[in-house]
Amino acid sequence: MNDIVINAKSLRKRYGSVAAVDGIDLSVRRGEIFGLLGPNGAGKTTTILMLLGLTEVSEGTIDIGGFDPMHDPLEVKRRVGYLPDSVGFYDGMTASENLRYTCRLAGFSRTDSDARIERALARVGLSGVASHKVGTFSRGMKQRLGLAEVLMKGAEVAILDEPTSGLDPEATFELLDMIRGMKSDGTAVLISSHLLDRVQAVCDRVALFNHGRIALEGTVPELAQRVLGGGYVYEVVADGADIERTLAAVPGTQRVTKEGRLFRVLAERDIRADIARAVVAGGGNLLTLSDSAPSLDTVYRHYFEGQAHGTA
Amino acid sequence: MARRSGSAFTGAGTVFLKEFADHLGGARVQILEWLVILTGAGAVYTAIQDLKTTTGQDPFLFLRLFTQARDPLPSFVLVLDFLVPLIAIGLAFDSVNGEFNHRTLSRLLAQPIYRDALLIGKFLGGLAAIAVALVTLWLLVIGLGLLTLGVPPSSEEVLRGLAFLVVAIAYGAVWLAVAMLCSVLFRSAATSALAALGIWLLVSVLWPQVVTFVSTAVYPPNELQILFNQPNPDQLQLQQSLSRLSPSTLFGEAVLGILHPTTRALGLVFMSQLEGAVMGTPLPLAQSLLLVWPQVTGLIAGAIILFVIAYVVFQRQEVRA
Repeated sequence: MNDIVINAKSLRKRYGSVAAVDGIDLSVRRGEIFGLLGPNGAGKTTTILMLLGLTEVSEGTIDIGGFDPMHDPLEVKRRVGYLPDSVGFYDGMTASENLRYTCRLAGFSRTDSDARIERALARVGLSGVASHKVGTFSRGMKQRLGLAEVLMKGAEVAILDEPTSGLDPEATFELLDMIRGMKSDGTAVLISSHLLDRVQAVCDRVALFNHGRIALEGTVPELAQRVLGGGYVYEVVADGADIERTLAAVPGTQRVTKEGRLFRVLAERDIRADIARAVVAGGGNLLTLSDSAPSLDTVYRHYFEGQAHGTA
Repeated sequence: MARRSGSAFTGAGTVFLKEFADHLGGARVQILEWLVILTGAGAVYTAIQDLKTTTGQDPFLFLRLFTQARDPLPSFVLVLDFLVPLIAIGLAFDSVNGEFNHRTLSRLLAQPIYRDALLIGKFLGGLAAIAVALVTLWLLVIGLGLLTLGVPPSSEEVLRGLAFLVVAIAYGAVWLAVAMLCSVLFRSAATSALAALGIWLLVSVLWPQVVTFVSTAVYPPNELQILFNQPNPDQLQLQQSLSRLSPSTLFGEAVLGILHPTTRALGLVFMSQLEGAVMGTPLPLAQSLLLVWPQVTGLIAGAIILFVIAYVVFQRQEVRA
C-alpha cells in the first residue's frame, strides 16, 4: 500500500544502557489519526523526536514519505508539521510575525506566506488576534497557534505531542475538532498523549506504550475486545446494601469496579435486563443504568493490572 | 553516522535577520549602547581637552583621540577593552538556552533547517549588532574630533582608525563566542550570564596577577638578578605567553601597534636587536599591521575555536526538556 506515510521498523533508542524506546514498529496511513498513548516516560516523545530526525536512532529504520530522517532530515521536516509538548512562541512578536518567521525558515515566498498565514489563522480561529503579541495569549491560544503553524506548512504528516495537556475542557474539545479537520485534508496525524479518554475520541487507531514498547495496537473497540474479553460496559448507580456483590453475582458479569457512587460493570454480553432485575430483587433502588463505550482508560488499566498479576 | 543531505546554511540568513532585528530593537542593547556612548564620550571629551593644547606637535593627532587618557577617566580604548565584552555577553548569554526555556527550540528545529543554521545565524546576528554599535561609536568619535580639533585626519590616520575598528569587532567576536558557549552549556540563563561574566572578570581583571604569580613561581629570579634588580628573561617570556591567552591582552597589544605608529615591537627586545633603529619615528602602516598580525589572527582564531566548541556541544544536545 502506498498510502503509508510513516513507517518505522524495530526502532530503538538507548541512553547508555537504558533503552528509552525498545524495538517498536509503527505505520500510519494518509488521512489516519494515530494515537501514541501511554504514561509519561513511556517513550512517546523519544519516538516522535526520532521520527523527526531531532534525535539519533540507535537501531531500526524510519521512512517518512519516502525519506529517512537520518539521511534527509530537511526533506522529512519539510513534509512534517510538529507541535511540541507545551509549545512556545516569541512573546514579543505578534502571532502573524511568529508564523512569518517559520514561513521564512521553511522557505516559502513572501506572497505565498501571507496567504498561508491568513488561512491557517482563520482555521484555528485566531484571525482576530493576528496582530496581538503572543505574550498576551492563553495556553489554549498558543496551542492553537501551534496547530496553525502545522496547518500552514501544508504538511503530509502532522505530529502533535500532548496537544491537549493543560487545556480546559472547552479548549480541548475545540482543538480535537481541528485535529479531525486535518484528517479530512488527508493528513496523517500522529498524536501522543497520556490523557487516554480525551484523545481516544479522535483516534482511528492507537498504540499503547509501556516501558519503551508498544503493548497493544489497534482500534479502540478491537483493544477492548482483546483485553476485556466481552467489551460491554455498563454504568450503574443504585442505592441499597451490597450493590457491588449483587452486581457481581449477575451471570455474565466479568468485573465490577466502584467509582464513588458509580459501579462499572464489565460483561461479556448484553445483561442490562438482568442487572436491573438483580438490583431490584436485592432491595436496591436503581437510579441509572447506562451503556458506555469501552473506554481506553479501562482497557489500559485492565491490561496492565493483568500484566502485573501475571508477572507477580 | 551517515552523511546528511542539504546545506547547513539553509535558513541561516533568516535566523541572522531575525536575531539582528531583535538585537537592534531590544531594550537590552540600547541600555548597553548608552552605557558605552556615555563612558566613551567622557573619555573622548577629556582627551580633546588635552589635545587642544598640543595640536601642532603630534603628527597622529586623531589617533590620540582614542588613546589619550587623563585621570580619573580612562582612555577610549580602555573603555572599549572593558565594555565590549560586556556588550557581547549581554547579547549572547541567553541566545541558545533562551530558545530552550521559551520552548521555541524544538519548534524551530522542526523546520527544514539544520542546527548549524541556528547557531551560525545567531552568532552572525550578534556580531552584526556589535559591529553596528562600534561603527556608530567610531563615527561619533571621529565627528567629535573634527568639530573640536579643527584639523582633518590624514589618510593614514583614517586607515589606522579603520584597522582599530576591525580589531575591536574581532575582540567582540571572541566574547560573543564565549557567551554563546555558556548559553549552550548552561540551561539556566542566569547561570550562563554569571559564568560568562566570571570568565570576563578572570581574564580581564585577575589574569595579569595570576600570570605574574605563575611565571615567577616557575622561573624564580637568581641571586644576581635580585641584586641588580633585573628581571629573569625566561620569566618575562612565560609571563608574556600566558598573558596573551587573554583576549584583553591581544586586543591591547593590537591596538597599541595600530594606534601608536612608533611601536616597533610587542615583546621582549634585546638592545642588540635595536641596532640601527631610529627610536621615536613612526612605522609605515603596512609594517604596523604586520606587527599586530599575530594578535589579530589570535583573536579571530579564538573566536572560531570557541564557536566550534559551542557548535559541537550543541549538535550533541538533546532537544527535549
